[in-house]
Amino acid sequence: MSTPTNVASLYDVASPRTATTNARRAHPTGGLGLSLEGITKTFGAHQVLNHIDLDISAGQIVSIVGRSGCGKSTLLRLIAGLETHNAGRIDTNGHPLAEQTRLMFQDDRLLPWKSVINNIGLGLVGDWKARARDALAEVGLLEHADKWPAQLSGGQKQRVALARALIHQPRLLLLDEPLGALDALTRIEMQQLIERLWREHGFTMVLVTHDVAEAVQLGDRVIVLSSGRIELDQRIDLPRPRRHASPDVGAIETTVLQHVLGRNEHDATVFPASTPAATSIEGRA
Amino acid sequence: MTHWRTQALQRFLPWLLPLLIVAGWQLSSSTGWLSNRVMPAPGAVVEAAWQLSRSGELLHHLGISFRRAITGLIIGGGIGLVLGMISGLSRWGETLLDSTIQMARNIPHLALIPLVILWFGIDETARIFLVVLGTAFPIYLNTFHGIRGIDRNLMEMARSYGLTGWPLFAHVILPGAMPSILVGLRYSLGLMWLTLIVSETISASDGIGYLAMNAREFMQTDVVVLSILLYAALGKLADETARLLERRWLRWHPAYSKGAVT
Repeated sequence: MSTPTNVASLYDVASPRTATTNARRAHPTGGLGLSLEGITKTFGAHQVLNHIDLDISAGQIVSIVGRSGCGKSTLLRLIAGLETHNAGRIDTNGHPLAEQTRLMFQDDRLLPWKSVINNIGLGLVGDWKARARDALAEVGLLEHADKWPAQLSGGQKQRVALARALIHQPRLLLLDEPLGALDALTRIEMQQLIERLWREHGFTMVLVTHDVAEAVQLGDRVIVLSSGRIELDQRIDLPRPRRHASPDVGAIETTVLQHVLGRNEHDATVFPASTPAATSIEGRA
Repeated sequence: MTHWRTQALQRFLPWLLPLLIVAGWQLSSSTGWLSNRVMPAPGAVVEAAWQLSRSGELLHHLGISFRRAITGLIIGGGIGLVLGMISGLSRWGETLLDSTIQMARNIPHLALIPLVILWFGIDETARIFLVVLGTAFPIYLNTFHGIRGIDRNLMEMARSYGLTGWPLFAHVILPGAMPSILVGLRYSLGLMWLTLIVSETISASDGIGYLAMNAREFMQTDVVVLSILLYAALGKLADETARLLERRWLRWHPAYSKGAVT
């Protein structure tokens, strides 16, 4: 049986050894590595995830893209422990996954009855105020510490949600389309902020998005999910920060987009940049 | 210039109608067109208030009614709150309690007065019991729906941040249900006075209701009108208290914060 994992392994060059050659080596203990083995999830008769095998090395950013309903959010929620899988296992080398993982949702999910600073301190005990102020300063919102969430803009709320996740010093940060509801400019600012914080903290990051440009902009790897299987596992070795709409970025975007749209469009001439892009990535690997 | 004039006018206008009514009332009493047996003159009501205050009677009855109302509200509201939380927080609690409470809620609690008199006689317990019955149900209902209406997404977020048990209740469930609980409190406050008036007029030897009924026997219409006005004032006071709680506990809510546009 020709499984999509075979297709994926063609592109999969993300062995742990190559991952350590990247910039976040400065924080060797920062990220949490994990491997998913044969993860399967069904809702009733509908199979959402079909034997997903995925190794994520410590400190990597893995972007997951796919059409609506391809199972990408479910995969993320499984890793976060918000759903249980029917088969397969998640191996973290013995590290407790739940404690070291934080999830950022598409909506900010701030508690409207708590001030910004108290939202960040949610679930913390002891003397957390100073740490919360540091976290807030990191996302550039220190002066809004005592406001209510209702007084902030959408982008600001997501930055507070990011600070709330980061104060727990997660070794694995899961992002479920966190920028989907933001306008284009705020989105680019948030991408830069997330990339900077990732560089400083060195956590592992899994980003689920429907925006191929965003996936390529941030990811060390882009995974394309389709009907519960891994359709493409594309390594991206471009230097950071990546320039929007540069030829290299554009070429990879084209490849990814083709896989998202379905392989029957492979030989279509709409994306002429695809062939050289694919070869250049393989050459680099 | 025109701005402050408009503002002053807007402040004054709501009082115009009540002032006209009182003026007309006083006028028709003074001319003898309105009999004292039907309606005392406003001046007579003020004088009755002054006389009763000087003798200390007014404060005495007011204090007693107030104490009954608050005692009943605390017990009834407390029961409603606790049962509402049990039903709201656990499916088992809901299955066990909710249908019984829904049945009991639909009995007009004042219909129980004959039974209550048989049980407790006409002493203090009977009146407080009736207030308890009147105030428990609105708070129960609104607590239950307040808890069930909390955003599932917020609950999921809180759980994923490791909140369970008491912290989950204190930081998420209670504040989330608070707007609804306070709506229940407002309903209860209304029913609290209504119940108390009825129970005090039926059987009491003190309290505002007694004051009114006793005055009726001696045709003191001024005291009767005064009692009615006192209930209005107490009702307004209760409502203002609820408003204050809303402003304090729901500060975060755009609809309750000062200067809300919507």
